[in-house]
Amino acid sequence: MREFAYEAVTDPEGAVALVAADPDACFLAGGTNLVDHLKLGVASPRRVVDVSRLPLASIVAGDDGVRIGANARNSDVALHPRVQADLTVLSRALLAGASPQIRNQATTAGNLLQRTRCVYFQDVTTACNKRAPGSGCSAREGYGHHNAVLGGSESCVAVYPGDMAVALTALDATVVVLGPDGERRVPVEELHRLPGDRPDRDTTLAHGELIVGVEVPWLPDGSRSAYHKVRDRAAFAFALASVAGVLRLDGGAVTELRLAWGGVAHKPWRARQAEEALIGRPLDEASVHAAVDLELAAAAAGPANAYKLALLRNVTWLVLRDLAGEGAR
Amino acid sequence: MGARLQIEIGLTVDGAERRLLVDTRSTLLDALRDRLGVTSPKKGCDHGQCGSCTVLLDGRRHLTCLTLAAAADGREVVTAAGIGPDHGRGGLHPVQQAFLRHDALQCGYCTPGQVCSAVGMLAEAAAEEVTLDDAEIRERMSGNLCRCGAYVNILAALRDVARSEGTG
Repeated sequence: MREFAYEAVTDPEGAVALVAADPDACFLAGGTNLVDHLKLGVASPRRVVDVSRLPLASIVAGDDGVRIGANARNSDVALHPRVQADLTVLSRALLAGASPQIRNQATTAGNLLQRTRCVYFQDVTTACNKRAPGSGCSAREGYGHHNAVLGGSESCVAVYPGDMAVALTALDATVVVLGPDGERRVPVEELHRLPGDRPDRDTTLAHGELIVGVEVPWLPDGSRSAYHKVRDRAAFAFALASVAGVLRLDGGAVTELRLAWGGVAHKPWRARQAEEALIGRPLDEASVHAAVDLELAAAAAGPANAYKLALLRNVTWLVLRDLAGEGAR
Repeated sequence: MGARLQIEIGLTVDGAERRLLVDTRSTLLDALRDRLGVTSPKKGCDHGQCGSCTVLLDGRRHLTCLTLAAAADGREVVTAAGIGPDHGRGGLHPVQQAFLRHDALQCGYCTPGQVCSAVGMLAEAAAEEVTLDDAEIRERMSGNLCRCGAYVNILAALRDVARSEGTG
């Protein structure tokens, strides 16, 4: 591991100033992803700025929604009474992620900014355009079980691995970012980016910008939400595919629908074409499958990852069917 | 600003105040084992996947292999060696007693992590007012692997403790 200087900071502005001024600096929060990358050689900063003691861990429920501090731990967010009661999709997504120990350590901002688990990205002996720009993509010709089916590029077919961001995408959350010139707000859908020819850039944040919180609006009256994740084993694994859904039915017709997919693209995938196809119509299996197929018209899958297309079709129906059933009770 | 490649930290480990100078790259696990001689937490995968390095950090179960020692400055560490009454000097914790009763180990390497994780799980379940049935225990202990496959008896031990504590 390369030597690095360690600084624990006490104010967010100071943290931003330190990292913004040094291209070889990075933020450290819960450490669950970064410390692993330091050991693997995936990350080799010269300065590590520890933001874990910044007073940004509160979870405040207000009239319009809940404001989650960047340092709020995954387990604390998942078990917050208002999150559990009113933002089911967020609580379920968090509890479907990682292990209890990691959920006790991992922070909200760190979870958002976790990097892909593509095996080639994490193996420094292989070519990877995300880790070493210009070196090539081993995943396109190699082990492709986890590869993206949507939005991939010649340079990169890695997937964003997280669950929480998929739920936040279905919840139309906003990320609050502090930079050298002050705060700005970024819709969570615009935080992560597609790889294009710059897969080394996971997000739209500039170097030195610090996520300080996430604002999640309450659901519209009568809406319900759910999260379903499919993994290779029953616990402690990343999503092969996951579906976050928000649904409201009035008189049997869909009047509110938000769908976000995880594990299938370089970012949480908001399935807007599928949403539009279903709005105003009754829900049934055939129409949901058709709507998903519309969204998947642009999908690109090979023999190793084509199973994800079937998963998206079936799990999207499962989630919406269950939400519709709850609504009818 | 001079780069600080070493940093002095303070830790409370199983009730004892410890001060030490650590390399900024050192994990909490390596600092405990190699610098302080606290070998109860074990290095299994060293990548956060096996749970054998689990301790209670400020009362919550936590992976020491994914924590920089520098970032743990001022915190309280409880390992399986100090989890019993009187920081472990007064006998075994009920979870440890149940592991013995149910033969919940073979080689024992993962056991300190299993014990700390189980104690954390019991506290979490009590706070959440959740009943620990077998499915809950399996899910909530999923961060701790046992390569010997002693899961059946680990489950039996934790079912036993949960029932006697009123959470099972």
